[in-house]
Amino acid sequence: MEQEITFMEKMLKIDRRIIFALIALAVIIPMMMNLQFPVRPSPIVKTIFEKVESLPDGSIVLMSFDFGPSTVPENEPMGDALLYHCMLKNHKVCMMALWPTGEAEGQKAITRVITSEFPNKKYGEDYIMLGFKAGNQGLINAIFTDLKGMYTTDANGVDINSFPMMTGVDNLKAFDLILGVCSGKPGLKEWVQFAGDRGDIPVAGGVTAVEAPLLYPYYPKQLLGLMGGLQGAAELQAAVFDKYPQYEKYLINCSGATNAVRNMGPQTVAHLVIIFFVVVGNIAFFAQQRRNKRSRME
Amino acid sequence: MRREIPLFITFIIGTALIVALFIPHNPFPAFDHEFSIWFDIIAVFAFVLGGGNLLKVHVDRFTRKHPDRWYSLVTIFAFLITLIIGLFKVGGDPGLTGNYQAAGTWFKVIYDAIFTPLQATMFSLLAFFVASAAYRAFRAKTKEATVLLVAAFVILVGRTPVGYYLTFWLPDWLSFLHIPNLSAWIMSGPNLAGQRAIMIGIALGIIATSIKLILGIERGYLGREK
Repeated sequence: MEQEITFMEKMLKIDRRIIFALIALAVIIPMMMNLQFPVRPSPIVKTIFEKVESLPDGSIVLMSFDFGPSTVPENEPMGDALLYHCMLKNHKVCMMALWPTGEAEGQKAITRVITSEFPNKKYGEDYIMLGFKAGNQGLINAIFTDLKGMYTTDANGVDINSFPMMTGVDNLKAFDLILGVCSGKPGLKEWVQFAGDRGDIPVAGGVTAVEAPLLYPYYPKQLLGLMGGLQGAAELQAAVFDKYPQYEKYLINCSGATNAVRNMGPQTVAHLVIIFFVVVGNIAFFAQQRRNKRSRME
Repeated sequence: MRREIPLFITFIIGTALIVALFIPHNPFPAFDHEFSIWFDIIAVFAFVLGGGNLLKVHVDRFTRKHPDRWYSLVTIFAFLITLIIGLFKVGGDPGLTGNYQAAGTWFKVIYDAIFTPLQATMFSLLAFFVASAAYRAFRAKTKEATVLLVAAFVILVGRTPVGYYLTFWLPDWLSFLHIPNLSAWIMSGPNLAGQRAIMIGIALGIIATSIKLILGIERGYLGREK
C-alpha cells in the first residue's frame, strides 16, 4: 500500500518534460507510420458541401482568407477543399482577406489548387484575388454596399473593372455564397453579422477548433454550415472525395498541412494521450485524497 | 473646447447612425456606408500608430539598458528591415500599386522562410502546454468540475474518428449514447445555451456603453483632463 501511495504521489508530480516527450511521440510516430482513420462527414459539414454542390455553374462565390501561418494545419485544408470544390463546379471565386496574413495564404491556395490542378482556369475570368484591406468588420460593412469603392484594384494593382468576372459584382449582394476560412476576429462571426444576416446572403465556412463553439449560436439559420478545426476540414475533404475520386488522388500527393484526413491520425493519438493523462491524473488525485482521509482518521 | 468638440462629434455621429438604421430612406442609408469608409481609412492609420508605438517602446528599452534590451534590438531590426522591404517592394515591381507579396519579392521570402515557421512553431507549442495543463488542472474535485471533465472527455473523443469506433456497436435505441452524437449534443445544447447567454450579455453591455458614450457620460476615450 505504501508503495502504491508513493507511486501515486510520483504520478501527481510527474515531470512535465515526460508529458512533452509523450505528446511529441504521439504526433511523430503516427505521422511516420502514416496512421489514418476513415472520416465520415457530419451534418454540419455536409451542408457546406451540399450548398457548393447545389449552386448552378458559374455562381459567384466570395472566399475570405482570415487566418495566418499559426493556424495553417487547421485552416489550409478547409480553404483548399472549398476552393477545389468550387473549381470543380465551375464557380467563379473572388478571394479577399480581412487579415494581413490572409492574402499570402490565399495566394498559396491558388498555387496549390488552381495553378496545379485547374490550369485551364483563367485569372480574372474564373477566379480573382482582391487581397487585404484594413478595417475588419468596417470593411465588410463598406463592401456590403460598394465593393468596387473599396477594392478599386485587385491584389496586383490592376483595375478591378478590367476583369470580366467582376462585371456586375458591385456589392456583397451579388455573391451567391460567402465562404470564410477564419481563425479569430475578424472572422466568420463578422461575416455572419455584417454580411450574411444583413443581406440574406448564405454564409458558411471553417474556423479553428477552439473558436468553433462560439459559432454554434448562428447555426443553422444564419450560418448554413461550419467546419470546426482539423476534424471539420477532414470531414469536408471526405465529402468531396466521396463524390469526386480525383480529389483523393490530389490529396495523396499533397505534402504538409493540406491533407486533413491524413493529419487526423496524429491528432487522434494526441487526443488519446491527453485523455490518458487526465485519467491518470485523476486516479492519482483520488488515491491521494483517500490517503489523506485515512491519515486524518488515524 | 478640446473635450467639448469630440463629445459633440460623438453625439452627432452616434445619433445619426442609430437613426440611419431605422429610417431606410435617403439620405440616411448613405450615412452607414460613408462612415464605414471613414472607419476603414482611420483603421489604416492604426497601423502607423502601432508601428510607431512598437518602435518607441523598444527604442526606450534599448537606450535605458533594460536587461532584455537585446531582444528589443532584434525586434527593431526585424521591424525596420521588413518595413523597408515591403515599402519599396524590393525584388518586385517597385510601382506604387504593385503587389508587395508577389512571387520573387523579398517580402514574400521573409514571410515564407521566417514569419511562417516562427508562427507555426509558437502555435505548435500549445499542444504541449495543453497536455501538461490538462494533466495538472483537470481534476474532478467538485460536482461541477466532474461535469466539465466528462464533457471534455466526450468532446475530445468525439472530435476524432475513435469516438465512432468506440460506440458504433450500440443499438439504434441507444444511439443518443453514440459518442459523436453526444459530442454534437454538447456543442448544440449546453454549449449553445451558454454561448447565447454570453452573447446576449455582451450585446446588452455594448448597448449600455454606447449610450453612455453618445450621451457623454463615459469620457474615458478622451484621455485624462489636464
